[in-house]
Amino acid sequence: MRHTSRKLAYLGLCTAVALILAYVEVLLPPLYSAVPGIKLGLSNIAIIFVLYRYGVRHAAVVSFVRIAVVSILFGNPMTFAYSAAGAALSLLVMAILRRMDVLSTVGVSVAGGVFHNVGQILMAMWLLGTAELGYYLIVLAITGTVSGIFVGLCGGMAVKRIPMRNI
Amino acid sequence: MNRPNHAASDGRRRRNDWIFILSLLLVVSLAGLALFFLRGVGDTVIVTVDGVIYGTYPLDRDITVEIRTGDEEQNRNVLVIREGKARVEEATCPDGICAAHKPISREGESIVCLPHRVVITVHAENGDQEPDIIA
Repeated sequence: MRHTSRKLAYLGLCTAVALILAYVEVLLPPLYSAVPGIKLGLSNIAIIFVLYRYGVRHAAVVSFVRIAVVSILFGNPMTFAYSAAGAALSLLVMAILRRMDVLSTVGVSVAGGVFHNVGQILMAMWLLGTAELGYYLIVLAITGTVSGIFVGLCGGMAVKRIPMRNI
Repeated sequence: MNRPNHAASDGRRRRNDWIFILSLLLVVSLAGLALFFLRGVGDTVIVTVDGVIYGTYPLDRDITVEIRTGDEEQNRNVLVIREGKARVEEATCPDGICAAHKPISREGESIVCLPHRVVITVHAENGDQEPDIIA
């Protein structure tokens, strides 16, 4: 029992870190506002940490809570739909790649970033009923790769440097 | 923890990272180049709201259209066609992304206003006129 409540507390902490990172990102000026959806995805650092430490199920819960809270604080119901689609696909791909164990957190995070964009675009195509949005994916895949490298480096450092016994 | 037995070494993973990232970028840039060169200049602008066609306007005639959307028509995007290019001159949406978008004229290019669910797309009339609709 003690073990479980300890874990719960740490997962709550990770969720809080994900939220703070999302907030920091809201404060940053938009990088290139002509194409919607370009983001650093800083809170994915926390998600990657939870994925590597606790596994995909815990990462899914933390990710879901993060999206729900961020949408309530900074967004609207539409934001929730886009983010949830992106995050679900992204986490699925990251979990599979982590299982395969052929890439480091950098490669896993790049795939996660790109598939976050894929999920968002698919959701937008579905909600707006237009296939033309696929063109955005070209731009988003490149920016997603760049930010994914950064996020993956940070996530890898967190996994490596935060000792097991502490969390 | 429960690492699979065939766990790759750190160096190997890092090498795989590079291979993965570079091939991803290669595929994406090739797709981008193909799309850029394959699509010609369009001649028609189709505006859809929630996937339903709102209006169709030729690119060769200068025009200003006020796109009113929302339950009480409270949302506004001003579409301007000038010198063969379409752009959103002003909009009441919170993010203003559509108004910041560069003018579009090539086939398949689009300006999207997510908050108002407005999509403005360039089509080539001699091609298929119907926009692709995903159900």
